[in-house]
Formats: sequence, C-alpha cells, structure tokens
Amino acid sequence: MRRILRQREWIIDRWRYPGEPASQTDELIVPLAELRAQPEQWLRHSGKLGVRLAPADDPEQLRADLPRLSLVAVEFPNFSDGRGFTQATVLRRLGFAGEIRAVGAGVKRDLLLLMARCGCDAFDLAEGEDPHSALQALGRYSVAYQKAEPLPAVERVRFGA
Amino acid sequence: MYHYDALDQAFVEQRVAEFRDQTHRFLAGSLSEEEFKALRLRNGLYIQRHAPMLRIAIPYGLLSSRQLRALAAITRRYDRGIGHFTTRQNLQLNWPKLPEVPDILAELAAVQMHAIQTSGNCVRNVTSDHLSGVAPDEIEDPRPYCELIRQWATLHPEFTYLPRKFKIAVSGSGEDRALIQAHDIGLRIRGGAGAPLGFEVWVGGGLGRQPILAQRVREFLPAEELFAYLEAVLRVYNRLGRRDNIHKARIKILVKSLGIERMRELIEQEWRSGREHSPRLTPEQLARVRAHFEPPPYETRPDIDPTCGREAPFLAWYRYNTRAHRVGGYRAVFVSLKAHGRNPGDITAGQMEAVADLAEELSFGEVRTTHDQNLVLADVPQSELYRLWLRLRELELATANIGMLTDMIACPGLDFCALANAGTLSVARAIQARFDDLDYLYDLGPIELKMSGCMNACGHHHIGHIGILGVDKHGEEWYQITLGGAGSGRATLGEVIGPSVPQAQVPATLERIVEVYRDARAEGEYFIDTVRRIGIEPFKERVYATDLAAA
Repeated sequence: MRRILRQREWIIDRWRYPGEPASQTDELIVPLAELRAQPEQWLRHSGKLGVRLAPADDPEQLRADLPRLSLVAVEFPNFSDGRGFTQATVLRRLGFAGEIRAVGAGVKRDLLLLMARCGCDAFDLAEGEDPHSALQALGRYSVAYQKAEPLPAVERVRFGA
Repeated sequence: MYHYDALDQAFVEQRVAEFRDQTHRFLAGSLSEEEFKALRLRNGLYIQRHAPMLRIAIPYGLLSSRQLRALAAITRRYDRGIGHFTTRQNLQLNWPKLPEVPDILAELAAVQMHAIQTSGNCVRNVTSDHLSGVAPDEIEDPRPYCELIRQWATLHPEFTYLPRKFKIAVSGSGEDRALIQAHDIGLRIRGGAGAPLGFEVWVGGGLGRQPILAQRVREFLPAEELFAYLEAVLRVYNRLGRRDNIHKARIKILVKSLGIERMRELIEQEWRSGREHSPRLTPEQLARVRAHFEPPPYETRPDIDPTCGREAPFLAWYRYNTRAHRVGGYRAVFVSLKAHGRNPGDITAGQMEAVADLAEELSFGEVRTTHDQNLVLADVPQSELYRLWLRLRELELATANIGMLTDMIACPGLDFCALANAGTLSVARAIQARFDDLDYLYDLGPIELKMSGCMNACGHHHIGHIGILGVDKHGEEWYQITLGGAGSGRATLGEVIGPSVPQAQVPATLERIVEVYRDARAEGEYFIDTVRRIGIEPFKERVYATDLAAA
C-alpha cells in the first residue's frame, strides 16, 4: 500500500502505476509513450486516467489530452535533472487543474518546495523520506521572490498586487 | 546600493537555517554525498584540494564598508585572514571548515549578504560594469536591473536545477566593461534620453573547454519584458540543453547545435506563449529598486589637476589607476590587488578593513569589485586623491599597473583548486618579477593578460590579449599561450600560438611576445591592435625561433 503526500496530507494512494495490476475502473497512470502508441485503448479506460511524463517529454504535446486527464506524474530522477520543474510549470500554464504528482528518486524534502512552487501538489516521496520532515521542509520559507504558490511572492507583499 | 527589506532579510535567514539543517544531516550520515553536493554548491560551497572553498556572492560587485568589514572579520575567524576576489566579482575563502559554514552564512546574512547560487547548475551571480553609475559614457545605471535579476533568479523554482551553470551580465554603457559576449545571457541597455528603455539581448556565450562568443538574439527588448524573456530563454535551455555530457551542457552548445536562427524562433515562441504567466517588470518595482541606486550626495566641486606639483609615482598612479567620473570634481579610483609579489586578487583582512575605512572617509562608504580582480572606490573627490594614494601605498594597494601586463587575472590554480592542471600563482609571481619595471610596462601600454589553471577558464584566458592556459603534460605543468583575445570592445577569442611551454619558460615567452610588438608597433598603436594587424605568425616565429631555456 502506497502513501503519498497530497495537499499536505499523508494519504493512501489509489492510483495504479504503470506495470501494476489494474481493473478497467481503477485510477490508472500510463506513460506518455504508451498513451501515444495506443491512444484508443487508454482513452477508453473508464476509470480516471493519468499520464506519466519522462524527463525528456514535452508537456505541450499533452495539450489536447489534458481535459481527459486527472493526473500528470512528473519525474525527478535525482538532484540534478530539473526538467520536471519546467514540465510542471508548463502544465499549469496550459490550464491543467488536476493533480501534478512528483515521482522519482529525487522527490526528497530538499526539493519539495521548488516542486510545489512549480505546480506539483502531490509527492510520491522517495524511499526513506518521511512525511513529517517533508511537511516541515515545505514550510521552511515564508516568502519567495517569484510569483509562486504556496508562498506569498515578495512583490505581492511589497506592492499589494 | 540596495538595502534588504524585511522580506529579503527573512529569506536569507531562512536559507541559512535550511543549509544548517542540510549540513547537520550530511555530517550525521543521513544525506548522501551526491545530494549534499547539489545543495552545498547552491550555497557556494565546493570541496577543494585542501579544504572546502566558500564563494561568497557580491551581487554585481557592490559592497558597503560595513559588509567589507564583515568579510574581513569572517576571513579572520573562519579562514586564514585572506580572501580572493574572482572574475565573477565574488570573494572566495580557501580554508573554511565544513561544520562552520552555516555560521559563516549566518554572519553574512547579518550584513545582508549570502553565498546563494555562486556555484552549481543554476543562475550565478549577476555581474556588471564596475564603473556603473559613474562612467561618463553610461546610458543608464545597470545595477537596478542587476538587483531585480538577482531577486528573480534567487531560488527560482523552475531554474535552479539547470543542465549547467548560467551566467548573466548587464552593461549600461557605450563601452562594454561587463564582457557580455562571454556570458550565457548578456544584456546591453538600449534607449534612454527620452526613448523607451530596453535591452539588446545576447545569448550563448561562455568560455571554458569550448569557448564561444554570445550572439545577438534580439535587438530590442522592452524593459518590462525582461523577466518574461529571461524565462523564455531559460525554459528553452532547461528543456533542450544536454544533460548527458557535462562538457556539452552549457547553453552555448545548444545555440551552436540549433543555430542562432532556430534558437531565436524557439525563444520568441516560448516568450509569446509564456509571457502572460511570467512576471512583468512593473514601473513600481523598478522605481523601488532604482531608489536604492540614487547618486550619492555629491558636493559641487571644481575640476582640478591633482597632479600639479606632485611626485612622479603619484602621477603614474593618477594616470593608470584612476578614471574619469561623470560628476565634476570626482574620480573613480582602482585599488590594485596586483602588487608584484602577491597573488592576483588576494586581499588580507587588514587591507579589507583599511579599504572599508577609506571608502567611508572618501567614497560614500561603497566599494566595488571588478571582474579583473581589483577594487574600485568610485566616488573620490579629486582634491583627496593624493591623500588616498599615500594611504593606499602604505597598504601596498597602489601599484600603478591597472590595465598593464601585470594587472593580470589569475584563477587560484593548482595551489587550491581541485580542477586545476597547473599552478597559476607561481607563474604570476615569475611574470611580475620579470616585468617589475613599471616604466617598461607603461611603454608596452595596455595589455590584458589572463591566466587559467585549467580549461574551465575561470581566468578568462581566451579573452586575454595574451592568454595563458595551464595544462598537465605527463605530470608536469606546461602552459599554452593564446594571442589576440578580447572581452570588451570587439570581443574576440585568442588564437593558440603553438606548442605549450614549461613553467620556467613562461616569462621568457612573454618577453619575446612583447618584443615582437615593440618592433612592429606603429606610433601609438596598442598591443591588441598590433596583434590584429600583423596576425600571430610573427609572434609564433619569434617565440619558437630559438631554445627558450637559453633566454
């Protein structure tokens, strides 16, 4: 049973990841490559559908599919590949209002706030990470220099804009 | 200069607390070496040859006397009483102890300083013209824009884990003293005098293993679009920059492989799609920051000739180490950190304190660092220059060699740096000894000598009129010489003149090079212009004509 941090709560995750057994009505995540290979099969899925982006994927390619998607998983494989930050940012810019879930071995407390500020609202924490420290890390800063939830941007405080 | 408000202050303090926690976790074994590396680099901390090295940010090279005193105190307490200024206008400490670094950062935060993003694959310290605000040829003071970029780039959630480091420079003058073509993004302020202000945008420059000069990607960007455009460039780079090979990861390689036309298309397309979602630079925001850079309260002073009746060494110092000021009665003064017999860019704690005092007394309490590793007191009354010179001379900070051959740039090299292939400091000393006669240096005129201990090119050797690159040759330190590089004016990359030479022969090689210049120069022609006119062949011939060891 997998637990994830979603909107600051440590909850049991019902989503099925690629490769995990899933029924037609389960909440299901498929890799973008598979969705592209067999779109009819996956888009017919009757449960909620999510897509997992690989770091090299361009989220603009999901534009047309976003209304059908409830979740996009963005991968942070380590502490150096930061493409996921741009993917999450672009997804929100495209108006995606569903869950953006950070997945991968880089989903650790030290990067969570940056992920959250790019639009990730769920975190499948890397092995060994505890939710308590993760939550603490999310609360470490009271301001940010950029327009970025969940923190107040300095400009908003300075100018009330 | 910019003063933190409560928000800036809260931010740096929270950053220190975060790094303290990360350091504890690393020392306790609960944070891996690799992960801690990514985090410590973004706080300026390298692990070097002998000890950690901490690179302290000096945003666009501007310091208050109070900050400089704090740096002196830090080098005394946590280091060996000496600091080293870098080509990014920062200060490096070579002997801090890892467990004490959070304390150093806390002391920095107490004087509105930090070491954030001075290393790591993120947007680095924004650099600028060291004569900003005082240069007679200035269109607009670039420092408010630098500060706005600093804030925008600080822990930018999207761009703090880039493929590679990312350097931005801003120039606001006719003459580019910020080396914008050697930067990932170079911005030249355009407009002014009634016309709307904006930037000419250059992209894809960088030195290092594969030196490339930036190309112009946009002729005019309205100032309010600054962040939107920077975000567009960085987004394209973050998505498409290579991550499979550290040596191919800079944006210059992406620009080279796509071509500037395609790069421009991608950036402009991204800019159009993203600009509504990017912050705009508002007039209020600009006005708030600009207010911090109002000119100091200059007094009405006559222009005088301070050299009248003074001794020759002062005349030389006045000529070479001071510059014209846009306000009558004032001069900008270079504090030379290039005394012969000392490491270029090094400064002792005592010297820092003394310069801080002098700045307070004579230059409105501000000091600038330059990308060629000197300091500037930008606002000195002409009537005080003689007194200042006497004091600087006592401090060994008045070597009248600014712009001359021995005003050389040198990275720390093999003595400190874990990346270096060869020493730079001993070579610098040998060059200083060989060219110790100032009159000879004046006869040679302006020559920019830049030296790096490895191909990462922290010493900017590619854009030196004479560049020296340390290479490892079967365990021995050898040096490759380039000629004809330039960072400002007409930016050019230097050309290698031939096989590298052993350490002991570097000064003799330089001597032969300058002899060729002396023989070939036209009346009043500068070294760089002679090199451009006659090409490198005559230099090559002379350097390798006979055995250097005999020279």
